[in-house]
Amino acid sequence: MSSLQSFLHMGGYAMYVWPAYFLTLVVLVYNVVSTIRRESRFFRMLAESKKRQRRSR
Amino acid sequence: MFEYFYKYGSPRHFYDLSKSFVPWLSGICGILFIAGLIGGLVLAPPDYQQGESFRIIYVHVPSAWMSLFIYMVMASAGATGLIWKVKVADALARASAPLGASFTFLALVTGSLWGKPMWGTWWVWDARLTSELILLFLYLGYIALQTAIDDRRTAARAGAVLALVGVVNIPIIHYSVEWWHTLHQGPTVTKLDAPSIDTSMLVPLLIMALAFMFYYAAVVLLRARYEILENERNSAWVSEIAAQREGG
Repeated sequence: MSSLQSFLHMGGYAMYVWPAYFLTLVVLVYNVVSTIRRESRFFRMLAESKKRQRRSR
Repeated sequence: MFEYFYKYGSPRHFYDLSKSFVPWLSGICGILFIAGLIGGLVLAPPDYQQGESFRIIYVHVPSAWMSLFIYMVMASAGATGLIWKVKVADALARASAPLGASFTFLALVTGSLWGKPMWGTWWVWDARLTSELILLFLYLGYIALQTAIDDRRTAARAGAVLALVGVVNIPIIHYSVEWWHTLHQGPTVTKLDAPSIDTSMLVPLLIMALAFMFYYAAVVLLRARYEILENERNSAWVSEIAAQREGG
């Protein structure tokens, strides 16, 4: 078995170790992405409400 | 002194100042993550009892530490907002909740993934696991409260009270492995005498814990900046920033 294979095999615990790391990565990335998206949505909504206000005047 | 505090504690100042911190914190966080992962997954030897499965420690323990640490930050920031009416503190408390919930969730799930091969079960209703689950519910309750109350000042006050009441759970989680007999192993790092873990395993753990800490610092600032924008959506300076963004 090559060293990469044995690394991925994790001594038979691959099905526990890798999901733990993968899930951590997903959750950490999600928090960053959702924050950035919320901020850009905020500015988009603000611009839209400004436009609406201008039109109604 | 108070003048200084109010000047730098003002939402606008915080918004401007925090921006320059985020890249630095993210950069340090990235370097620590790479070092911690190499140390934990490659350099550290397999455990003599648990084999390779012990490597889950490098995501499980830092997540669990952060779940407690962030709760204390959230409760202290909530109290600061409640007592001294510091708006930035309210934003920090609100920004901390989803991150704390995330780390609590990770601590529970990675613990479960570690428990299955080592204890033979995904879950037991013992003191450590149950009190950590209650912590997740406290975070979710706080978030639900923020969503349910439209007035953001009222929501911040109600959330702060909830967070402060929930602080009683923190020492319970910490001491649960000593107070009750449980499947969960006792502390290996935060013991008064020398930690019962080898240096080659301990160093990556501490590096990963630091990486998680820098991650939290960077993302909580980013999130608090967004919360401040929502709080101050009707103020002139937010309109200015929005106009600049559209123009540039």
